[in-house]
Order: sequence, then C-alpha cells, then structure tokens
Amino acid sequence: MSFIEISHLKKSFGPNTVVHDFSLSIDKGEFVSFLGPSGCGKTTILRMIAGFESATSGSISVGGAEMTHLPPAKRNVGMVFQAYALFPNLTVAGNIGFGLKIAGKERGEIDARVAEMLELIKLPDLGGRYPYQLSGGQQQRVALARALAIKPQVLLLDEPLSALDAKIRVSLREEIRSLQRELGITTVFVTHDQEEALSISDRIVVMNEGRADQVGTPSAIYNNPATRFVASFVGTLNLFEARVVDPASGRVSIDGQPVMTARDISAFGIADEATVALRPEALTLGNGDDDRNTLAGTVEEVSFLGAVIRVRVRLREARVSLDIFNDPALVLPKIGMPAVVSFKKDDLLIIDGR
Amino acid sequence: MKTDRLGHWLAILIGMLYFLVPLAATFEFSLRKLRGVYSFEAYRIVLADPQFQSSFTFSIGLAVVTIVFGMAIIVPMAYFVELRLRKLRPFIEFVTLLPLVVPAIVIVFGYLRLYNSSSVLPLTNSSLGTNFLLTCGYVTLALPYMYRSIETGLRSIDVRTLTEAAESLGASSATIIWRVILPNIRSAMLSGAFLTFAIVIGEFTFASLLNRPAFGPYLQLIGANRAYEPAALAVMAFMITWACMGIIQVISRNAVAARH
Ligand SMILES: Nc1ncnc2c1ncn2[C@@H]1O[C@H](COP(=O)(O)OP(=O)(O)OP(=O)(O)O)[C@@H](O)[C@H]1O
Ligand SMILES: [Mg+2]
Repeated sequence: MSFIEISHLKKSFGPNTVVHDFSLSIDKGEFVSFLGPSGCGKTTILRMIAGFESATSGSISVGGAEMTHLPPAKRNVGMVFQAYALFPNLTVAGNIGFGLKIAGKERGEIDARVAEMLELIKLPDLGGRYPYQLSGGQQQRVALARALAIKPQVLLLDEPLSALDAKIRVSLREEIRSLQRELGITTVFVTHDQEEALSISDRIVVMNEGRADQVGTPSAIYNNPATRFVASFVGTLNLFEARVVDPASGRVSIDGQPVMTARDISAFGIADEATVALRPEALTLGNGDDDRNTLAGTVEEVSFLGAVIRVRVRLREARVSLDIFNDPALVLPKIGMPAVVSFKKDDLLIIDGR
Repeated sequence: MKTDRLGHWLAILIGMLYFLVPLAATFEFSLRKLRGVYSFEAYRIVLADPQFQSSFTFSIGLAVVTIVFGMAIIVPMAYFVELRLRKLRPFIEFVTLLPLVVPAIVIVFGYLRLYNSSSVLPLTNSSLGTNFLLTCGYVTLALPYMYRSIETGLRSIDVRTLTEAAESLGASSATIIWRVILPNIRSAMLSGAFLTFAIVIGEFTFASLLNRPAFGPYLQLIGANRAYEPAALAVMAFMITWACMGIIQVISRNAVAARH
C-alpha cells in the first residue's frame, strides 16, 4: 500500500462538482505535481489533503491512517501558500518555531531546530528579522522552513512560486526539490506552469475539469500524452486528424500526404480517423535522411523567439509549426517559399490510443 | 486660480472659527474665577473636589471594564465572521450600527423594565448588579466604534490564510486568536479602546438613570450649580478626548510604518 491513498475523492460546492472521482496513490518520499489550467480543482484537492476543505465523498489516508475527517491541526501536514502567509508579528525565528511552540516543546529544543532550519534554507543570519524586512523569495523559504520544522508526514505546496519573478522562481524550485530529496519527504506540489512541473517532479498528475487526465513521469507525460488535453496543455503541439491507411504497417495519411508511424496503431481499422501530434522540436526543415517522413507546403510565418526560431508551414489544409535552433549563420526561410518538413517515425504521437 | 485658493482658505477659516471660538471663549471664561486676574483657580477647585476624584476614578474603571468586556465579545465574533461568514458582513454591520439609531434612553428604560427589583433577574438591587448593567449598556454604545476598528484591523491582514497556516502547524482556534490574530490587530484594538474610553468618560444618560456615581452626572451637577468650574471641566474633558485621539493617530501611524 502506498503512503498517501486518495480514493474516489469528490468535492461539490453547492450544485457545482469541482472534483470528480479522483483517485491517486503516492509513494513515500515521492514528489508529485498537480498540473492543470486555472479552476481545474488542483487547490481544492490539496486543501482536502490538508483538511481545510471537507470531502463530499471518498477518502484520504496517509501512512495507513484514515484522515478524511480529521481537522487540519491533527494531520501533521506541512503547508506552503502562494501568499507566503508568514505571521507578521513574529520574527523569522518566531515563525519557524511557531509549530514547535504550539506543540509545547522546550525552549532549547525549539532554538536548535530553528537554527537547523535556517541553515537548511540558507538564511542562517536572518532569524531576527521580521517578514516585511525580507524579499519574496526569502519569505517563501521561511514559509517552507516553518512548514518543515514540525517534521510533517507530508509537504503540500500550492503554487508557492507564482508570486516570484522568473529567475528566483527557477532557483527556488531547484532548492525545494533538493531539500525534498535530502529530507525524503512526500510532497504534493500544485502548479499551472508545465515547465515547473516537468522539471522537478517524480510524477505529474495532469488535471482537467476536476479529473486526472493522465498520471505519469514527466517524460511519459511529455512524450506519450494520453489525451488531446494533455498533449495540448503540456508543451506546444501540432495536432492533426489523420486517416489510417494500413494499421499493420503503421501507414497513415496527414493532410492527404502519406507518412509512417513507429507506434502501434493495430487497434485502428482501415480508413479510421486518428488524432496524431507532432512536437515542434521534432520537426526539421528539409528532407533529411531517407527513412524520415516528409510533408510539403509553403512557409507562412517566421517568428524569432530568441534561442529558437519558430517557422509555420502551411500544408494543403493543415498548418504545422516547427522550431529550429537559432544560429547566426542560419539563412532564414522566406515567407511564401515552398518548403518540406521532415520527422522521424518515432515522433508521430498517436493521441487517442485504442 | 487666485480667487479659487482664497475660497479654500475661507472655507478652512470658517470651519476653524466654528470650532475654535467657543472653545477659546470657554477657556478664557474658565480662567476668570478670581476677580480681575486670570488664574487656574477653577481648575484647582475642581481637581481638589473629592467628588470629582471619586467620579472620575469610577468612570475610568468602568471604561476599562467596558473595553475588556467589549473586546472579549467583539473580537471573536468579528474574527469568525471574517473567517467563515463573510456573506453575513452587511447584516452584522447593520446590527452594530443600531446603537447609533436607538437612543440611549430607550435602552436604559428597557433595562429598567427587564432587570428592576421585582423582575426575575433583579440586577438593580445591588450596586454591583447595576454597575454590570451599566457596563453592558456601555458595551452596546461602544459597539459601532469597536466593531468598526476591529474589522478594519482584520481586513488589513489575510485572516483566512494566516488561520490556515496556524491550523496546519497544529494550533487550536483559541491559540490562533490569542497568538496570531490579536497581536496583528493590536493597533486597531487600541484605537477602538480609546474611542470607547472617550465615550464612557463623558456618558450621562445611562449613568444618571441608573443612578451611578459616574463622571457624566458629576459634570451635569457642577454645571447646574457653579459658574466657572463647568467651563474648567469642559476644557479638561476636551483635553482628555484630544489626548485619546492623538494616541490613536500615533498608534495607527506606527502601525502603518511597521508594515512598510
Ligand atoms: N469555496 C468555494 N466555493 C465555491 N466554489 C469554489 C470554492 N473554492 C473553489 N471553488 C471552485 O472550484 C473550482 C476549482 O477551484 P480550485 O481553486 O481548486 O482551482 P485551481 O485548479 O487551484 O485553479 P488556480 O490555478 O486558478 O488556482 C473553481 O471553479 C472554483 O470556482
Ligand atoms: Mg489554485
């Protein structure tokens, strides 16, 4: 049995059901992210784990103990909020030691633990400061230390980085991840930023309208999206309605042009429609090697994005976007020029697998 | 442009005159106790009057009890409304305004009907009971001011998230109010407290009809029987009120400074 067991969880606010039959098992020490667009119910599930919302039905257990109806104060769960939520009247040390003080720990023990936590978040000298004297990134690290000081069974983070600017966001997420590894604490991390989720998670739960569309490792989510929603939410994607020509050999036609896929499409019948997808980075301009698939069209748009250049090619009906790495020696394709794009058989994703 | 500015100054001047002239006249009059010279004789007499001392002490004590009692009722209520019943806010706001609409005399007659010596709960039988009744009346009178200042304080912090953060760290509701909410609305509570203090010190209707030896009735008594002393008392009352307001100002400015 896994460390956290969420089974058939449902939550309604009045007539609105915002979480439908959500089940998930999380192993001890695992780092799981909930990824999804705004309003899909990520926060609501996290708050049910923390005990701030009561489940309409279903159950949550942690470490084999049933928690569904326990008040938050009895769950021993550490929570980090988007808005930091440090106690303004307490110093950094007072904030970090708050939970231990509540638990009636001795002064010496509290001081030692606070010092240890300050060391851990790399702010050893700021114990005497007040929250308003800290930057956002520092405040969030203190909030993390406060949550961890009580040695919780589970760490929950609700978009902890969204209020920070881009650079700090990246460095702090790496810090959170390495801290989590060091302590081996089971962690649930909520975000709507796919790059964030892909970069730090052991597993990602992609959520859509109160349901988990797909649960898997970052590479599984990115390389083998299970639904159209996952495919389009995680990364940029070219989606096509393809027609199956020969299920046995993997021959399909996109936009009337024949291509091959290395993926198994034997469950399809001849002339069935299949949703297929191509990542922009899997495509290159030009024919490439002989065994690559090709699609012909004309260049419609070229946009300069910095490290990459995105080129949009119009096929007969459909359009396809592709990324090429920026290189000063590169001759950019001209708009209106005929162009051929190519990709490997492996890179053609079949979205609605049968 | 020029005439515009002149208009502004004129408006300010008229306002100042309206308030300052009577005050200055009262002050001037209070100094004329001794024939032919300005002196603080009237003040000396008032301050030396044992009845002044006892009534003033009585009212201060009453004000303190009112503040403690009122806060103990209003802070938890305002906190739980902010936390869980935000929809109720307009209704609560309306209720807290009622004491401004219902005249004090109506409330006090209600009390006398309900708690007189032949009622089920004859609070007016003992002076302790009557003092308690008076305190309850003052809490009601102070309700609009106390509630408003506390609510402003609560709105300036993120009550919900702070509560949740404390809860997840193992704190009970009582601990949260005591250790998280109170320390963060201290300045709002203080300004509510000083307003309440100013109201209780000068209140007449309740104290008089319940026949308590408070400062308000004493003021009235002196006013009816003496010439210069009431003026001196009025000036002192002003000073106390201004001191309270000054303290509120300083506190709220410090609170704002501490946040930035
Ligand atoms: N207390 C509440 N009462 C009524 N509806 C609510 C309540 N809390 C959340 N909802 C609704 O539940 C849905 C899911 O909300 P939730 O906060 O879980 O979304 P989210 O995935 O965290 O979104 P975001 O990325 O914007 O934070 C939303 O449609 C929201 O309007
Ligand atoms: Mg959310």
